[in-house]
Amino acid sequence: MSFTASIIGGSGYTGGELLRILLAHPHANIGQVTSRALKGQPVHRSHPNLRGHLVTEYSVPDEIEPCDVLFLCMPHGKAAGDIERWRSLAPLVIDLSADFRLRDPDDYATWYGDTHPNPEMLSQAVYGLPELSRDQLAGASLISGVGCNATAMNLALLPLARAGLIKRAIADIKVGSSEAGAQASAGSHHPVRARTARTYSPSGHRHLAEVFQALGDIDLDATITAIDMVRGVLCTAHIEPTEPLTKKDIWKLYREAYKDEPFVRIVADRSGPNRFPDPRILVGSNHADVGFAIDERSGRIIAISAIDNLVKGAAGSAIQSMNLALGLDETLGLTFPGLHPA
Amino acid sequence: MTQATMTAACPECDAPVELTRHPLNGQIANCTQCSAELEVTNTAPITFELAPEVEEDWGE
Repeated sequence: MSFTASIIGGSGYTGGELLRILLAHPHANIGQVTSRALKGQPVHRSHPNLRGHLVTEYSVPDEIEPCDVLFLCMPHGKAAGDIERWRSLAPLVIDLSADFRLRDPDDYATWYGDTHPNPEMLSQAVYGLPELSRDQLAGASLISGVGCNATAMNLALLPLARAGLIKRAIADIKVGSSEAGAQASAGSHHPVRARTARTYSPSGHRHLAEVFQALGDIDLDATITAIDMVRGVLCTAHIEPTEPLTKKDIWKLYREAYKDEPFVRIVADRSGPNRFPDPRILVGSNHADVGFAIDERSGRIIAISAIDNLVKGAAGSAIQSMNLALGLDETLGLTFPGLHPA
Repeated sequence: MTQATMTAACPECDAPVELTRHPLNGQIANCTQCSAELEVTNTAPITFELAPEVEEDWGE
């Protein structure tokens, strides 16, 4: 089977990653890629790594034609207003913004500070993280993308949360500059961003909403710090468990939770320089590495996860979800193992 | 003829560690799950202990 995929708003980083992954997908044909700002210009103008691999020019959204899969890569709040139109163009729409991540319109208003323009459609969207919603993704017609920080937290905490073992948790999250997207801002200006270790969200980051939706009403907060890295999320969660656990107990929980997951690896070695997850070796990869340790004095659990924010935290999970929705092997196009050294 | 494998639990993560031939005391094996370096300290039954590790930093 082959299918045609088009992208609305394809000039940003997630659009570029979708294109890079789709080029390696054995069944995908790339249709139109839109950008109002870059209309008529070659796609490699904004994605120079694709020069020679993809010979196409940007069109504008008004020119978009029906296709099999339509990816929406617009800023938060833009996709939901026109969602009926996008869904009329393709039997499968995947929105990488936050517009359809939360099922409850009240949660959307709370965390995004605005009324959702299409609340009745929220319940139709499937959250696009296969580790959480694989069964619902089969045959889905509307899939939401995932928050990158939310993905790092969800995968670090999932085995403990499902077992009801989290009494309280704090996630310390370090992020790369590409999380902020391709548009420049005061925080992305080179003299500000380079060599930084700058906490910009000490508490209450909006991606927490996706974790509460996925893992239940756990006592969790997160602190987000920008560090000198382009791609990557490193989540270090400190967890007070509801009951004492041994390291073997934790191994059993994580092994059981992830034994059938093609992209989640447990990294909790006793020795060597890569004992625990490191986002640097995941650059370009759809893998999520998850590890853990235990503080024998206090019983505190330290759960660690690493992802590439643009791949497992965005485009990679979207393509993995697409594969599942289309009834394909979920790993198609996604087997790149990352780089070392990167 | 296929060679029988012997297993014993990793003392670090409890995963089964396979050996393709009967080990000797002091032999080193690696756990495929947690990469722990293991030393055989008993051969009947096979028992592993964690091999000593070198710390990455010296507390500076």
